[in-house]
Amino acid sequence: MRHEVIEKNMGLMIVLIVVAISFGALVEIIPLFFMKQTTQPVENLKPLTALELEGRDIYQREGCLSCHSQMIRPFRAETERYGPYSVAGESVYDHPFLWGSKRTGPDLARVGQRYSDEWHRAHLYNPRDVVPESNMPGFPWLFENTIDGNETQNKMIALRLVGVPYTDEQITTAKAEVRGTREVDALVAYLQQLGTVIER
Amino acid sequence: MNELTSFWSGWIIVISLGSIIGCYVLLSVVRKGQKFNGDTQQTMGHEFDGIEEYDNPLPKWWYWMFVLTVIFALGYLALYPGLGNFKGLLGWTQESAYNEEVAAAEAEFGPMFAQFSQTPIEALAKNDQAMRIGQRLFANNCSQCHGSAATGGYGFPNLTDKDWLYGGDAASIKQTILNGRMGAMPAWGPILGESGVHQVSQYVMSLSGRETDAAAAKKGQALYSTNCQACHGEQAQGNHLFGAPNLTDNIWLYGGGEQQIKQTIRNGRSGRMPAWEAILGQDKSHVVAGYVYSLSNQ
Repeated sequence: MRHEVIEKNMGLMIVLIVVAISFGALVEIIPLFFMKQTTQPVENLKPLTALELEGRDIYQREGCLSCHSQMIRPFRAETERYGPYSVAGESVYDHPFLWGSKRTGPDLARVGQRYSDEWHRAHLYNPRDVVPESNMPGFPWLFENTIDGNETQNKMIALRLVGVPYTDEQITTAKAEVRGTREVDALVAYLQQLGTVIER
Repeated sequence: MNELTSFWSGWIIVISLGSIIGCYVLLSVVRKGQKFNGDTQQTMGHEFDGIEEYDNPLPKWWYWMFVLTVIFALGYLALYPGLGNFKGLLGWTQESAYNEEVAAAEAEFGPMFAQFSQTPIEALAKNDQAMRIGQRLFANNCSQCHGSAATGGYGFPNLTDKDWLYGGDAASIKQTILNGRMGAMPAWGPILGESGVHQVSQYVMSLSGRETDAAAAKKGQALYSTNCQACHGEQAQGNHLFGAPNLTDNIWLYGGGEQQIKQTIRNGRSGRMPAWEAILGQDKSHVVAGYVYSLSNQ
């Protein structure tokens, strides 16, 4: 029984298990890095501005993606409700992706320009002020905290390293652009651009 | 665009087919030499606390199930796109499946919407079927701001009353939905000063029949006629052209309390109704316009 050799040799077994389960990744993930459909930005896609980028970080910090996805799947039921389905080229500057996998609230992939800034602020302060049936929590501290912008440039430099085409000028002015802005305004700026690159 | 280079296409094909065939080979090799003449009494040779393990071959049904999964996998890869650039014999794609679904829905609902779009909004508002659709569209797209009963809220207009910022006739409602609106009340604090703000607020409150400081209101009236009249009108009846509200009806978008009115005068207000033409399209906007029209024209 040669199988016994594997069963009694932990190191060998680990190596063989890794080899066995890596086939899926080798076939389903690796080739995508070399496919234009997933690596080329869609037309007119621009990197987030400094303010939108800070808003995106607040989106992550507050855990928005545990209840909101940013991925409209190609089913009519979804496109009727949210707009055209998401394509990979829209996300090439997203690091990390915020596609999410759970919808307690609605999908946000195309929420940009659907509602007014005023509505977003009222809704983020206390969702029940505008949607009485909502079970989303309020985020009143976003109205008190301001962004100091000390890390904004570093974030942009890091993103440039992974392929987001920020210009030197954008990075130089980034701190001044965001410094002193309320967190809620950064978040609203981020939300208002979501999904607006693709023609509806 | 979604073509792989031939290297990556080959890579996928070799690994996919290789692992499927590899699984089958492994299964056959292990099975070879094992006898299937009933349960053997041979054990694996280890024993823990008196418990031993028999060395029986895989049950036949298990083996054949395994073979079935291999056949299924090969069949699936032949029919559907999976092997690199090979499109599959059925020619199925995610996009084509979506497009078929949309085309089927269009064939079913298209004629209905076409008929709705030929119906004047006033008549549409009496069409039960159209109003049920309109109500669903409203709930999905409009209720976030205007409320599920369309009664609005602070900063978002009530659509069930007869008080309209931009006009409540069918054409105006549809125009508002298609193109959106930008309300802009300028901030008068810097121009009027705090005493001016107070005086105008007293006058504005008196317009809806409230007791106010009469002397201040009189001064406020003078300030009103020089500064506010252009938009809100001589009689303060408002003006649909600018979305300037009627100040005499005691319906308030941003609250009618003294402090709220003062804040409105001091800091101004800007309400924005987003444009829906790109999102809803003409036909659905028409149905929603009918629904909104029906709310205040029962």
